[in-house]
Amino acid sequence: MTTQTGVESAEAGGARHRAPGRMSTGRLGDRIFAGSATGSGLIVLAIMAAIAVFLVWKAIPALQANEANFITSEEWNPNATPAEFGIAQLAFGTVMSSLLAMLLATPVAIGIALFIAFYSPRRLASGLGYIVDLLAAVPSIVYGLWGAVFLSKHMEGVSGFLNSTLGWIPFLGGDSPGKNSIFTAGVVLAIMILPIISSISREVFLQVPQAHVEASLALGATRWEMIRMSVLPYGQSGMIGASMLGLGRAMGETIAVAMVLTYVPGINIHLLEDGGATFASNIANSFAEASENGRGALIASGLVLFVITLLVNMAARAVVARRKEFV
Amino acid sequence: MAKRIEVSGLHAYYGGVHAIEDISMTVEPRSVTAFIGPSGCGKSTFLRTLNRMHEVIPGARVEGKVMLDAEDLYGSSIDPVAVRRVVGMVFQRPNPFPTMSIYDNVAAGLKLNGVRRKGQLDEIVEQSLQDANLWNEVKDRLGKPGAGLSGGQQQRLCIARAIAVQPQVLLMDEPCSALDPISTLAIEDLIGKLKSQYTIVIVTHNMQQAARVSDRTAFFNIAGTGQPGKLIEIDDTSKIFTNPEQKATEDYITGRFG
Repeated sequence: MTTQTGVESAEAGGARHRAPGRMSTGRLGDRIFAGSATGSGLIVLAIMAAIAVFLVWKAIPALQANEANFITSEEWNPNATPAEFGIAQLAFGTVMSSLLAMLLATPVAIGIALFIAFYSPRRLASGLGYIVDLLAAVPSIVYGLWGAVFLSKHMEGVSGFLNSTLGWIPFLGGDSPGKNSIFTAGVVLAIMILPIISSISREVFLQVPQAHVEASLALGATRWEMIRMSVLPYGQSGMIGASMLGLGRAMGETIAVAMVLTYVPGINIHLLEDGGATFASNIANSFAEASENGRGALIASGLVLFVITLLVNMAARAVVARRKEFV
Repeated sequence: MAKRIEVSGLHAYYGGVHAIEDISMTVEPRSVTAFIGPSGCGKSTFLRTLNRMHEVIPGARVEGKVMLDAEDLYGSSIDPVAVRRVVGMVFQRPNPFPTMSIYDNVAAGLKLNGVRRKGQLDEIVEQSLQDANLWNEVKDRLGKPGAGLSGGQQQRLCIARAIAVQPQVLLMDEPCSALDPISTLAIEDLIGKLKSQYTIVIVTHNMQQAARVSDRTAFFNIAGTGQPGKLIEIDDTSKIFTNPEQKATEDYITGRFG
């Protein structure tokens, strides 16, 4: 795209010599605009490449010094000699807290979107949509404080209840349900990703062709039946894409998770028990005291997170884009 | 099965815009009534007031009375959803449910009415598709998406979907305007066949079509932009097209305006 713009402006410059003053293209303003737009596009690519190169370059020495398996080890002792570290626990914590957040947030977000798009009075709808979008503007440190100071206290009872009633599910099992758990982190993340899932779903629902809506209404469908027959099938891939974008966002979230979780080494599949770490929370908690090698190890883990979120976001965008062809 | 429609003093509005003014008419059961008139004269709006689809548009409202036999469709105790189950509608552009198969499209209304038994569904789906002259073309691919059919087939599918729930009245809003002449002919034949069972009201821009398919014709007109549409006259189709009472009707059907 960007290179094409450059080519066009070059041609336009040529055209000006042939037919001076006849067309507006090729004037100084056009050339400056084309140049700056192309430049901005190139800068983005350059920044992306620079980040990737930087991460790899910093990570390599630490990875070479690593005595444990980087992928499967649950240890995180990059500052010791010999250094031993692996991302297994971090990957587990990241994936579990984000998946939990997605599972909790998606139904609520879709409910909000349906309410705004089809149930609420028109005047309320725009205000409500605005408020939901405002949730996204709350700084994540505020969510972190709220999660650590307020929510975690109240999560103890919830965790205990889930553990005693649904303890037969392995993830909800364990002997000591606590408050600074992956589960609590998942709840905080769920609230943080609510706005993005809700606003994308809302956009998709508002695009449902009136013809589809009227098709079911004219058959005598109630509003809920109309939503089930016309809206949800149309919006399906949009909703999936939205929740995956939410997942990607939850994976990269740092400070709120770091404030909620208490680090306990090793993978614990009992998500209600205290402990756990994610890529981002681990980096935030350990970076200040890390040695040269420790920083390299953290950067290597950051690189893994970078790749995972990139894949999730690409998959989400692919799903959202597929919907566009289906109209 | 078919019922008589009696409209009296009906006005319809879009927000502050007065769309149609003071319409009264009677539509006889088991007959085809065609609405003709220039664009924007309110004939589609009027059609949509007959199954309470007009009020689906935000800000739209209706005043007046529409009696379906003894029942006022705008009575305070009447649920618009229930009205639409007895007054079916076919739209200008074919609008089958895109994610549903041909079978599910026809069965959609039945399922809303609580028909769940497979045998009964199969039977009604086949009957409706046969009544819509579509069965022979689709009987081997009932599981395929309805959106994969041609435009004319899709419109007949929509008719099958509408008649599957056995409505009292079938409203058709320019059902052939997006179709080629052969598909149009197929739909017109179908209308002729369906009128033995249903009360049919059809909006059309095609005056030959009105002359071919309808028993009664209503002519709507509009005094000027921003003015509400009005019913000029309604009479037997043969009379409207040969010897109408009103000069405006004659001007319109002879092509002197509109």
